[in-house]
Amino acid sequence: MSDFTVLEWISAAFIVLGIGFMLIGSVGVIRLPDFYSRTHAASKTDTLGILLVIVGLMILEGFTINMGKLAFVLIFVALANPIGSHALARAAMESGLKPLLFRKKEWDGASVIADSSADSKKPSKGKKSKQTPSGNSA
Amino acid sequence: MQTFLLVAATVLMVVIVIPLVRVWKGPTVFDRLLGANAMATKTIVLIAMIGYFYDRIGMFIDITLAYAALGFISSLALAKYMTAEANPEEANPAEAQAEDSDE
Repeated sequence: MSDFTVLEWISAAFIVLGIGFMLIGSVGVIRLPDFYSRTHAASKTDTLGILLVIVGLMILEGFTINMGKLAFVLIFVALANPIGSHALARAAMESGLKPLLFRKKEWDGASVIADSSADSKKPSKGKKSKQTPSGNSA
Repeated sequence: MQTFLLVAATVLMVVIVIPLVRVWKGPTVFDRLLGANAMATKTIVLIAMIGYFYDRIGMFIDITLAYAALGFISSLALAKYMTAEANPEEANPAEAQAEDSDE
């Protein structure tokens, strides 16, 4: 490991950074709650990770014809990967899949919020009870 | 450098397998497609790395290009197919109008 040249160190740094981005994207595909947020995790981090690893392999390769081929792969991935995930998200949108606009606790109703933070909920209830009589009097 | 690439390819294989969970338990069909697409795009890099082990980089980069094109086209075709299956009137309006005129 210690007998790397400078170019090999740079290329290893690019490869490690790219694999880290891909790892973050993979974890996001599993952990995020909604299809559209999963698309967000999968497309961007994968594109950047693949570009970084291919740049690292290009630096390792040097000025040969294989570097040109890797540049073609890089251009193709940079164009095709966002187009593919955008087409997938558009297909989901046109087939009627709704995005998740609230957290699940908020979606279940205000009772969960009142249980979690009882002190902040009580004054708002007091305001509501004051507002309704004033509306009746007006 | 060969050892480093071997370790990197092993870690990358683990990273590739992770979205298979989403393919396994996706609530909708689009989640499964998204997981499969994520796995296919990451496999590109793995094939390019394998070329460095065999010292046949040119051949493996050609395989990489063909695999990238195949994954892209299949992803687009499946997205198009899912859209057309969801609402057939918008997919081909000529047939829909013909059915309306028959009624």
